[in-house]
Amino acid sequence: MIGLLQNIGRSSIGFLERTGRATLFFLRVLAGVPALMLQFRLVLAQLYSVGVLSVLVIVVSGLTVGMVLGLQMYNTLAKFGAASSLGPVIALALVRELGPVVAALLFAGRAGSALTAEIGLMKATEQLSGMEMMAVDPVRRIVAPRLVAGILSMPLLAAMFSAVGVLGGYLVGVGMLGVDAGAYWAQMQAAVDWRGDVINGIIKSVFFGMIVTWIAVFEGYDAVPTTEGVSRATTRTVVYASLAVLLFDFMLTALMFGDTLI
Amino acid sequence: MMGTRTIEIMVGVFVAAGIAALFVLALKVSNFGQTSVRGGYQLTAKFENIGGLRAQSPVSAAGVRVGQVTSIVYDQKDYEALVTMTIAPNFNRFPSDTSASIYTSGLLGEQYIGLEPGGAEDFLKNGDYIQLTQSALVIEQLIGKFLVSMSEGKDAQR
Amino acid sequence: MSAVQDDIVVIRDLSFGFGKRVIFDRCNFAFKRGKVTAIMGPSGTGKTTLLRLIGRQVAPRAGSVVVDGEDVTRLPRAELYELRKRLGMLFQNGALFTGLSVFDNVAFPLREHTRLPEAMIRDLVLLKLQAVGLRGARDMMPAQLSGGMARRVALARAIALDPMIVMYDEPFAGLDPITMGVIMKLIRMFNDSLGLTSIIVSHDVQEVSAISDYVYLISGGKVIGEGTPAELEISKSPWVRQFLHAEPDGPVAFHYPAPTLADDLLQDAT
Repeated sequence: MIGLLQNIGRSSIGFLERTGRATLFFLRVLAGVPALMLQFRLVLAQLYSVGVLSVLVIVVSGLTVGMVLGLQMYNTLAKFGAASSLGPVIALALVRELGPVVAALLFAGRAGSALTAEIGLMKATEQLSGMEMMAVDPVRRIVAPRLVAGILSMPLLAAMFSAVGVLGGYLVGVGMLGVDAGAYWAQMQAAVDWRGDVINGIIKSVFFGMIVTWIAVFEGYDAVPTTEGVSRATTRTVVYASLAVLLFDFMLTALMFGDTLI
Repeated sequence: MMGTRTIEIMVGVFVAAGIAALFVLALKVSNFGQTSVRGGYQLTAKFENIGGLRAQSPVSAAGVRVGQVTSIVYDQKDYEALVTMTIAPNFNRFPSDTSASIYTSGLLGEQYIGLEPGGAEDFLKNGDYIQLTQSALVIEQLIGKFLVSMSEGKDAQR
Repeated sequence: MSAVQDDIVVIRDLSFGFGKRVIFDRCNFAFKRGKVTAIMGPSGTGKTTLLRLIGRQVAPRAGSVVVDGEDVTRLPRAELYELRKRLGMLFQNGALFTGLSVFDNVAFPLREHTRLPEAMIRDLVLLKLQAVGLRGARDMMPAQLSGGMARRVALARAIALDPMIVMYDEPFAGLDPITMGVIMKLIRMFNDSLGLTSIIVSHDVQEVSAISDYVYLISGGKVIGEGTPAELEISKSPWVRQFLHAEPDGPVAFHYPAPTLADDLLQDAT
C-alpha cells in the first residue's frame, strides 16, 4: 500500500518535473523565433521535411476517412429518410473534429517521430554539442525552425484532410449511393458555418501543430543520447503527442462549441 | 539532399495546396461565400414561433436562395420573434403583400424562410415589414394536436 | 611572445561529478600557448568532460577555468559565445552534420559567424579542405565518408574560423595506422603553422608521446602524473608505469572489486 502510494508520488513528481523542463525548453525555443524572421530559409527547409513529406499520408487518410464516413452515415441517415443530410454530417464531422484531430495524430506519427529521431540522433552523434562549441545555439538553429514549421504546416494539412475528406464523401455518397449532388453541397453549405466551424477547426489545428511539434522537439532534445534512448524518445513522442492532442481536443471543443453544440 | 530550388518549389506547392484546401472549405463546404449578401436590402417579419431558425439561415423564393437571415430578436411587446433578413439586391421585385413562412428542408433538415409573392403592384423595399407570416411547424405541437384530436374522435364515437 | 611562455588555459581546483560519481577532485591543469598538450587516462575518467568544461558546455562544481584570461564559469552567455568562436573542437566521431555535404559542413561556421561573400567562403573552404587533403571530396555526404575521412573533414571545420585553441577528443581512436599517421601529422602541422594551441584527449600512448609537448595523466579524479613525454617515460610512479607500458595488473586492478572467488562460489552453492 505504502509502496503503491510511493509509486504514485514518484511518478507525479517525475511528470511535473518533466513538464516543467519542457515548458522552460519551450520558452527558450520561443525566444529564438523572432530571429528566424531574418533567416526564413531555415524554416523553409523544415516546411519541406515536416509539411511536404506529410502530405501524402494526410491526403490518402483524408480520402479514406471521407469515404468511410459516406458509407456509414448513409446507412444510418437512410433509415430516417434523411440521406440528403449526408453532406452536412460528413462536413461537420471533418471540419470540426476529424480533420484537425486525425491530421494531428497522423502528423505526430509521421513528422513528430521523425523530428524526435532526427534531433535525438543529432544529440547522440554530438552534432548538437559540436554546434554549441561552434558558438551556434542549437535551440535557435535546429529546434526553433522546426517548431515554426510544425505550427505553420498543421493547419494547412488539416485543411487538406478535411477538403479531401469531403470529396471522398462526395465520391461515395453521390457517386456510388445516389445522393443528389446538389443536395450534398447545398445542405452542406447551409449547415457549415465559416467562422463557427471552419475557423474554429483551423484554430484547433494550429494548437495541435504547436503541441505535437513541441513534444517532438523536446523529446528529441531531452533524449538519452544512445540508440536505445532515441528509439524510446521516438515512441514517447508518438504516445504523448497523441494523448495530448485528444486531451486538448476535448478542452478546445468544450471552449469553442460548448454552448453552440445542439 | 535535394537542391534548394526543388525544396522551395515543393514548399510552394505545399503552401498553395493548403491554401487551396482552405478555399474549398470556405467556398464549397461552408457558408463563407454567402455570409455577406453585399449591398442587399433588409426586410423584417414577425413570427409566433421560429422553431430552429438561426441567423444565417437561408431565405428562398420558389426554392431559389435569395438571401439570408441576419438577426433574430425577441420582441417583448408582441411576444413574438422579430426576424431581420437581407435579400440580394438583384431580387428586388417582391410584391408588398408577399408572405413569409418557415419551412424545413426534408424531414430533419434545417429550417429556412420561404417567400411567396402576392399580387400587389408595388414592391418591397429596404426596411419594409412583411405582414403575412406563418410560423414554423413544431413537431411536439403537431403530435400534441394529433393526440388531442385522436382522443376527441374516440370520445365522439362513444 | 616566444620569451613569455604564458598559459592560455588555466584550471584551478576543479571539482566535477555526475550525481555521486566524482569525475574531478580539485585538479589543476595549465595549457601553454602554442604547445600540444595531452590529457591521458583510462576510459571513463572524464577526459572528454574536461574538454566540455573548457568550452563551458558543463559547469564545474567548484574551481575556475580561465581561457585566455577569462573565467568561463562566470562568463555571461553572449561573451561565452564570442569566446567559443575562438575555440575549435574535434569530436571523437567527427560530429559532422549529416544533412549537409562536406563543403557545407566546413562552410557552416563561416556562414554562421562571418558576413563574407559566398565566393570568398568558397575559397576559404577549399583551402581548408586542401589542407586536410579532401578538396576532392567536397560534394560527398558525411554518410559516404570513412571514419578517417570524416575526422579530417571535422578537423577542417574545426579550424575554419582560425581558432586560437583546438581541442581533440580521442583523435586516434579506431583508426588504421595510415590514417592515424595522417591525423598526427595534421595536428602537429596545424599547431605549428597556424600558431594555435592544441589540447588532445587520448589513451593512445604511442601517438600522444610522439606529438605532444606536455602530458597530464589522470585517473580516479586526480592528476597522477605530468611532464614531457620523456619525463614520464622514466617516471618511478607505479601507476604511470602501468599505464604507459600497458601492464594488465598494477595499481589499477585487473579485478573489479568483489568478494574473494572462494566466498562467491561457496555462497552460490548454499
